[in-house]
Amino acid sequence: MFDTALTAADFIFLAKGAGMTIVVTIISVIAGTVLGIVFGVIRYQLGAIWAAPLIFVLDIFRSIPLLIQLVLANAFMGTILRLNMSGFTVACIVLSMYTAAYCAEIVRGGIEAVPATTRRAARSLGMTWGQDMREIVLPLATRVALPSWIGLALGVMKDSALVYVVQVTELLRSTQILITRLQEPLLLLMICGAFYFVISFPLARFGGYLEKRWSND
Amino acid sequence: MIEIEHVRKSFGQLEVLKGIDLTVSKGEVVTIIGGSGSGKSTLLTCINGLEPIDSGRILIDGTEVHAKSTDLNKLRRKVGIVFQQWNAFPHLTVLENVTLAPRKVLGMARAEAEEIAVRQLTHVGLGDKLKTYPGRLSGGQQQRMAIARALAMSPEYMLFDEVTSALDPQLVGEVLDTLKMLAQEGMTMILVTHEMAFARDVSDRVAFFHQGVMAEIGPPQQIFGDPQHPETRKFLSSTRQ
Repeated sequence: MFDTALTAADFIFLAKGAGMTIVVTIISVIAGTVLGIVFGVIRYQLGAIWAAPLIFVLDIFRSIPLLIQLVLANAFMGTILRLNMSGFTVACIVLSMYTAAYCAEIVRGGIEAVPATTRRAARSLGMTWGQDMREIVLPLATRVALPSWIGLALGVMKDSALVYVVQVTELLRSTQILITRLQEPLLLLMICGAFYFVISFPLARFGGYLEKRWSND
Repeated sequence: MIEIEHVRKSFGQLEVLKGIDLTVSKGEVVTIIGGSGSGKSTLLTCINGLEPIDSGRILIDGTEVHAKSTDLNKLRRKVGIVFQQWNAFPHLTVLENVTLAPRKVLGMARAEAEEIAVRQLTHVGLGDKLKTYPGRLSGGQQQRMAIARALAMSPEYMLFDEVTSALDPQLVGEVLDTLKMLAQEGMTMILVTHEMAFARDVSDRVAFFHQGVMAEIGPPQQIFGDPQHPETRKFLSSTRQ
């Protein structure tokens, strides 16, 4: 097993794949979180009935397997809209919407966890809706939502492996290419897994650090 | 001056305020007593516009609280309210709890807001807890912090909604002492309370509410010594047991 044909160049090839995984994940998680906060606040403010169209659209992104979404979105952008969009762009758009759909529910749950009486106290001091949202709801909801959000971000990072279907060569795809050439699946998958771990670990630890820091209050 | 004129308010089918009239002058301390469900707490939340009313009107220094043109956020700077549940902002220190609204709502500089907050917190006996988070305070301390938080906005009127009801018995005294101090300083206050001895002690007038109606109002000597309304007599004898 340790008598391998893997070269430094192959290793760099894998690192580039990991880089692509990181880039796609960062873009999708940031865009998806921003959108998710907007959707989540709208969802909360409007209530289940008025927000029904939004809920329906988000449910689509949550219920259809990501692989199918990617293939369909790619076909839709290319063949129907005739947009000359790169696979990378399609991948980022689909993953962002996928993240936003889950994030919206996390945000709504976080807002709902802030006691109405606490918000009432803020409003009774003359604070506006926006000030209440920024100063009271946002920090308190963030504390509640953080563990779920970290889980979502880690999930999106791993799910980003599926973007190979729109011709984006990320970490898992790079590994498969090397497996085909070198015929050393176990070693290569172990290296690939190690890469994923190295990417995930800081985020998971950062979440743990924040939770600990916020536990004083 | 707070003028309450023929105020009616329902929650669904249940009418909780059935035409309340009450005028509170500057510097006056009015206590509202009565059984649960008599509408006392609802009236307080209507006064600073946290609850809409169905008919009638409430004027604060001539400004109609529930008029569409009224800027409620501006009006609420004048009228502080403290609730039964103290509702501390748990992610902020005691000092930050008190400085938040002066900074954000009144646009005060941090230093100025902190100066006022320290003064108010010292006033209610929390001068040594500035950097503490509310979660580490007792109920009585949190309630005193909530009072300081409302006072830091320099309100002209203060509403207190059963502020001692959720406290352990041994913590009630410290909060009542704070309220007594405010009354002696001339703050205009409307208090809803179940502490009869306290009501007798601090009030200029005591109002008895029964099933959404103000059954009786008068000086404490009269309400407690010679109640006119049969329901008042019944209520007072039940609280004395």
